[in-house]
Amino acid sequence: MDLMSCLECNESIKMTSRTILKESQIMKIHYITGIAAVFVVALHIMMRLVVPFEQSLEYNYIIANYKNIVYVLILEAILVLISVHGFNGIRIILLELRQSRPWENMVTVVTISSMIGLIAYGTRTIIVANGL
Amino acid sequence: MKEIERPSRNNLEGIGGWLNPSRYGWERISYWFQRLTGVFLLIYFIGHVYETSTIVNGQNAWDSFLELTQTVWGHLFLIMVIGASTFHSANGIRLIFTHAGIGLGTPGRPDYPYNPASLNYRQKSGIWIALILAAAAMFYGFNVLFGV
Amino acid sequence: MSDTAENKNEQMITLKVYRENRGQDSGSHYDTFEVPYKKWTTVLDALLYVKSYIDASVAVRYSCRMASCGSCGMKINGIPKLACYTKISELETSTIECEPLSNFPIIRDLVTDFSLFFNHHRNMQPYIVAKDSNEDDTAKGTFSFYQVPEDVDKYLQFSYCIKCGLCYSACPTVGTDVNFPGPQALAQQYRYFADTRDESKQRLDIVDDRHGIWRCHFAGSCSKVCPKGVDPALGIQLLRSYMLGISKNDKVPAKKIEIDSTNDADGSVGSSNTE
Repeated sequence: MDLMSCLECNESIKMTSRTILKESQIMKIHYITGIAAVFVVALHIMMRLVVPFEQSLEYNYIIANYKNIVYVLILEAILVLISVHGFNGIRIILLELRQSRPWENMVTVVTISSMIGLIAYGTRTIIVANGL
Repeated sequence: MKEIERPSRNNLEGIGGWLNPSRYGWERISYWFQRLTGVFLLIYFIGHVYETSTIVNGQNAWDSFLELTQTVWGHLFLIMVIGASTFHSANGIRLIFTHAGIGLGTPGRPDYPYNPASLNYRQKSGIWIALILAAAAMFYGFNVLFGV
Repeated sequence: MSDTAENKNEQMITLKVYRENRGQDSGSHYDTFEVPYKKWTTVLDALLYVKSYIDASVAVRYSCRMASCGSCGMKINGIPKLACYTKISELETSTIECEPLSNFPIIRDLVTDFSLFFNHHRNMQPYIVAKDSNEDDTAKGTFSFYQVPEDVDKYLQFSYCIKCGLCYSACPTVGTDVNFPGPQALAQQYRYFADTRDESKQRLDIVDDRHGIWRCHFAGSCSKVCPKGVDPALGIQLLRSYMLGISKNDKVPAKKIEIDSTNDADGSVGSSNTE
């Protein structure tokens, strides 16, 4: 489409491939997960400091933590927020490194599957430990 | 964005440009550090999720993994993680404000010596606060982990 | 020929110039030249001295010699600068290294290819988009815009861009991403977005792309090297604040005043006022 003849038209002049989410939406998610993660991670670290540090790592104490539903929700929140924020960050770095259709599609697939994979793996730990 | 057929990649700075923070002032250094800490923290997080999953295999598995991590090197690594996460969070919050156009000044009529309004004392002090918070957190972590 | 220096007490500086000819594909090397200089000698003066008296084959772009055209951008001691705007006396090194700007394909020696840079700029609709005041009137230039100084201040500094490419060279994202428009183009997008004369609805969509404005991380190197005080980093973050919904797009379009074709000699406009 000729740029100069496009003054009156309202069609977008972008010619990139269609995406599920606009980049601005992805970045809003990136910022929100980042801010929210700061709070929940701070809570998580505090849990290791309300008793002496070595004691806080003992098996029975940890299992007792996993039985506490509030703490379980905090852990799940950390898992989701940090996975999304972190893998989106890696997606951004990888997109900047190389630009071609196959590479960008691969980056999208790998980051989304890594996000889902890590969240699934961590959730399994939480559910199994909760049941122990 | 109109895509150009095969733009030349000749003379691009490449990753060397990302990894060399020395030429352009504090904001470039904070960009370098933010990237570095981000990648480092993601790698740590993946390892941490795996490490904590050993709990499902019972007390013996958990304790044997603890023997690996509750060592001097393990503690030092954890202190690095503490510093990285504190800097990344504090600097990230500063960046969210700047991306929202807050703390940058307003456009005006530039005059010699053409100092840019956006690279102002607020940004530099924000970066310094992030660095100082990271150092303080590492110091506190050192005290906790080494029982000093 | 350093013995042509009129005053034997004249200071000499070593100029190390990058040499490469992509057309001949013969590899690159550095040539060293001894050049006399005074307190006011610029790097461009030194390079032209080299061309005049030592080696005429050194390729360098220059034009205005006064930081107005943007032609003489190059890396001087590793930092993108305008050669005509950089005095040798302010560099404080005994050797001055002149290299072509990074992130631009090299043509020869210090001359680089700006095609991709200009292409990114063109993709930004770098012109005022405004409908004619009269829908049927296709002749342009039949009206003028009304802007107060406060309206002009919103975009004026970004209009001072001379397209020298120093910011593009300094940007870390440009260093790896050829689809990233670069700080110059993005700042120009803001320049037109903030202009009350512009009515384009596409400006934010043009840069809302996985290789667009979101790949700027405010490293600030662009603003650090800009010789004209354009501060592209500021323009990019301000544009982003609109995309994040932090700044509301409540721009009041500039009033259009129809120019009477029978203007008085003193330039006063015709009587009709249309919006």
